[in-house]
Amino acid sequence: MRNKQGKLITSEISWKDITPGGMVFESGSARYFKTGDWRTMKPVFKADQCKQCLLCVPTCPDSSIPVTAGKREDFNFEHCKGCGICAKACPFDAIDFIKDQK
Amino acid sequence: MAIRESLSGNEAIALAMKQINPDVLPAFPITPSTEIPQYFSQYVADGLVDTEFVTVESEHSAMSACIGSQAAGARTFTATSSCGLALMFEMLYVAASSRLPITIACVNRALTGPININADHSDTMGARDSGWIQLYSENNQEAYDNFIQAVRIGEHKDVMLPVMVCQDGFITSHAVENLELLEDEVVKKFTGEYEPEDFLLNVQRPIAVGPYDTANFYMEHKRQQAEAMSNAKKVILEVAEAYKKLTGRNYGFFEEYRMEDAEAALVIINSTAGTAKEAIDKMRMEGKKVGLIKIRVFRPFPFDEIKSALQNVTAIAVMDRCEGFSAAGGPLFVEVRSAMYDSLKRPSMVNYIYGLGGRDVRVEDIETVYNDLFKIIESEAVGQIYRYLSVRE
Repeated sequence: MRNKQGKLITSEISWKDITPGGMVFESGSARYFKTGDWRTMKPVFKADQCKQCLLCVPTCPDSSIPVTAGKREDFNFEHCKGCGICAKACPFDAIDFIKDQK
Repeated sequence: MAIRESLSGNEAIALAMKQINPDVLPAFPITPSTEIPQYFSQYVADGLVDTEFVTVESEHSAMSACIGSQAAGARTFTATSSCGLALMFEMLYVAASSRLPITIACVNRALTGPININADHSDTMGARDSGWIQLYSENNQEAYDNFIQAVRIGEHKDVMLPVMVCQDGFITSHAVENLELLEDEVVKKFTGEYEPEDFLLNVQRPIAVGPYDTANFYMEHKRQQAEAMSNAKKVILEVAEAYKKLTGRNYGFFEEYRMEDAEAALVIINSTAGTAKEAIDKMRMEGKKVGLIKIRVFRPFPFDEIKSALQNVTAIAVMDRCEGFSAAGGPLFVEVRSAMYDSLKRPSMVNYIYGLGGRDVRVEDIETVYNDLFKIIESEAVGQIYRYLSVRE
């Protein structure tokens, strides 16, 4: 994410260069803020059971089920909070929902 | 040419708002500021302004609506008092930290407990650390003048902070006084249009405001906000200078009244300064060297300037029209006393809590304070520092 002058906003930025009130000049910047570390449960993708019906994809409240060329891939856990909605939505038992061991 | 009028403080503020013609005015009524949105809604109904008047269900909503509209790029005003300001408390911080120069007319009234509708400063003093600029007004003229200046101060690109324009409930808000007004076009030219660099409705450069901030960044935002408050000092004086060119009326951080050779001085906020001036004129006739500092700008606090103005005085009484419940004095006392710490000859200083919940303050009451200061000077003993004026023992 950058300020208006194009300077990259990192944890090194000075108070002089940070945007007033935290104003955001870029769309989709939530992807930079990783929120996957709150999880206590996690979904597990079982590719052999999956029929690629894609019913799970729109149920994800974040962006944790990547889709490429019409096919879902394994979970991206950077933003997955372990809500389990995808596991409930799957009609083919292709998603397990288990305790997340860190 | 100035227009001579007789108006109450609330009428004067409503008229200033009409002359500026803001884009949005969300408000919820509360005594004694109710008349401000009431008069203004009449201007809206009569088609005298282009303002979107938003009736809301609470002061929390009023300030939330102010934040939304100012962030969208619209110049936004509101008015409140007492518990209304208290209900806005959460949103006051959001307005200031989001750097939205909203202007609020605050008519000072005691906070509830027990319920009371009369003047004291517990409401705005409670909001003193919210990041708002605070201007205080002795009389109706100052309320009018401060409101017009507030818009230009807050919206200055080096400041971008909200401003509270305060006056005493009923004493100035409802009392009619003679004052000089500017013509509509002169006010409009002075305040200009609100032209923020970035605003939500700007499709050329889309933005988001008010995001979540982690520990990695929050402190940098606060440091930047503090810089804006420091910058406000210079801007307040520049705007006062420009206003003086229009009106001949002089505004600074505070007014010094007969301070040139004063031995005993009072520091006062708002309408009681007028009473103190009467007492001073009377005591000066008796040869007593008494003076007054009347605070106009409490945020930012004029730390160095207060020290310079008071360092040659022998004894000072700082008058707080609110309790701080620190058991060691009110908020104005704490800050003035802190400013005096670095002075070479530290004057003797005492604090008086006075006028709570509208307790009347007479010229004779002020005289007793000066006489107490002369006793301190003669005896070279300060005695009790934290005192009450006109309370029944």
